[in-house]
Amino acid sequence: MSLRGAFDTAAAERRAALVAYLTFGDPDPATSIDIVEAAARAGADVIELGVPFSDPSADGPSIQRAMERALVAGATLAGALEAVAELRRRGIATPIVLFGYYNPMFVMGPDAFAARAAAAGVDAVLTVDLPIDELAELATPLAAHGVGVIPLVAPTSTPERIARLAPFRAPFVYYISLTGVTGVRAAAPVDPARLEIIRQAASAPVAVGFGIRTPQDAAPFARIADGVVVGTALVDRVAAGSPAGAAERVASLIRELAAAMKR
Amino acid sequence: MSTRAEIARLSVPDRGRFGAFGGQYVAETLMPAITELEAAWRAARDDDGFWAEVDALLAEYVGRPSLLYHARRLSEDVGAAVYLKREDLNHTGAHKINNCIGQAVLARRMGKRRLIAETGAGQHGVATATVAALFGLPCEIYMGAEDVVRQALNVERMRLLGAKVHPVESGTRTLKDAMNEALRDWVTNVGDTFYLIGSVAGPHPYPWMVRDLQSVIGREARAQILAAAGRLPGACVACVGGGSNAGGLFAPFVDDASVRLVGVEAAGEGVASGRHAATLGEGRVGVLHGSKSYVLVAPDGQIAHAHSISAGLDYPGVGPEHAAWKDSGRATYVARTDAEALEALERLARTEGILCALETAHAIAALDEVAATVGRDGVIVVGLSGRGDKDMVTVAERRAERP
Repeated sequence: MSLRGAFDTAAAERRAALVAYLTFGDPDPATSIDIVEAAARAGADVIELGVPFSDPSADGPSIQRAMERALVAGATLAGALEAVAELRRRGIATPIVLFGYYNPMFVMGPDAFAARAAAAGVDAVLTVDLPIDELAELATPLAAHGVGVIPLVAPTSTPERIARLAPFRAPFVYYISLTGVTGVRAAAPVDPARLEIIRQAASAPVAVGFGIRTPQDAAPFARIADGVVVGTALVDRVAAGSPAGAAERVASLIRELAAAMKR
Repeated sequence: MSTRAEIARLSVPDRGRFGAFGGQYVAETLMPAITELEAAWRAARDDDGFWAEVDALLAEYVGRPSLLYHARRLSEDVGAAVYLKREDLNHTGAHKINNCIGQAVLARRMGKRRLIAETGAGQHGVATATVAALFGLPCEIYMGAEDVVRQALNVERMRLLGAKVHPVESGTRTLKDAMNEALRDWVTNVGDTFYLIGSVAGPHPYPWMVRDLQSVIGREARAQILAAAGRLPGACVACVGGGSNAGGLFAPFVDDASVRLVGVEAAGEGVASGRHAATLGEGRVGVLHGSKSYVLVAPDGQIAHAHSISAGLDYPGVGPEHAAWKDSGRATYVARTDAEALEALERLARTEGILCALETAHAIAALDEVAATVGRDGVIVVGLSGRGDKDMVTVAERRAERP
């Protein structure tokens, strides 16, 4: 299933796509692969696999702690790529977006990273600290290997900036519901007209995220957006008990959220 | 020549970059604010009214021009004529205030109602808290929890000045983590908040703007050394953490091809130990805190822990213009250990009666090597970036540990 296919399928079923963020390596690499597999099987339409970074300056405390746990457990970018390959070997066809910060990708080398991402079965890459002004240096090698990029649009993004999305041919666009870091504040209402402007400018579906934790939070966004992203609430489920029970704790929330995607 | 005209002679980054370095590697949410800041900076830089306001505050409040002092006993000891550019005599005791005055004037012009900053040694935090008090703006400072302990005196100073100090417990609990937390604040409160970055680091236009604002060090020093020695120096020497004091000293001398520019990084416990902050000497090109530059990184691309006895140099990144100067060969970068810095601090104290900051002491520690290249008749200008009061507890502890 391609990313665009996942959004098309959801739309055909008159629902928003559920985009689930989980941090690779939390609480340890092997368990996190099981957790992602469980999330996919429980009904996530798209997986965003967070690549741990030592300096996650756009993330709130929950994901910061998750990344610290993952790094202590030995998680790396190479490990995240291997995890995607393992998920594909297990028959998980759900599209996977690697979600991270640029430095580990830059240090691996954009070309080498792009080749390895494609070989592992990564569908697209979202890089928090590559705004559209800097995105080409990663998007170009990724495109050469058939891997997409997911641009971010913020409440502060100007019409001029939104108009510059088109050349990236994004599989979807991630709209941040509020100014801030992940998982701290409750999502703010989003004007459907703004989502339509982004959809038109990028010729792509738009997923909304930041501050969406529960089915009740998600439902109003599912009615106006093409996809709904839940991250911190899932990461908190991972941390909320024993590692052995993490996959089921995450899967149960995924099932509840998936039921809230109906339009 | 007017300040505006002097500034206009300094280099301008090309599309936000110094050579291959710099850029704007930040979250989309911040991009409009950074674009607004860049436009405001371009306008201010070209405005005599802006510089008149900044220069008046530097003269009447900071106490500029700072002295260029011919350190005769140290010169004798080193074997070259050493002149100290006394930024330690500025109000608040370091060069950091030069930049804070300029950015605060800019923040006011932009109508921003709240200042935030990161700090390592606390000197930039104190300088920011000071201008916030002077301008009547609320101020919040992010400081690594480890630095809060190491620099307790500066924490108290900031609080007395009315700033709220947030100890940062994440990551390595030092300067880089303080900068992450300041970025998180900025991305959350981007509408009304001005992020007053303290070094020539961060996304464009910060490296350019901070270097221009700190260039008062080099602009004054250049005129002062011509008056005092009748010629340009053979070398300028300054310590480099993020690189604002070195950038400010070097920039007005960049076109003087005969002047060697020597930056001194922190070698910590020795570069071979892995516990150091010699980013230009030992790092590789990476992306941290909004710009592409040299960075200390682990093989898998995580940012490595930096170490230095001086909290102000304890940073795994460095300003992009220094990266460009290193690669072009215009400046050279050496490193000195914690122990060498401590010895240099003692040497300056005993030869000249000046207690410098541990950061500054790294530059003093490189003087013998630099003197050998300029010769006995040579002239060296040293950026004496700050005074050492804040470091007295650290220095006393280290001295007590000696055999």
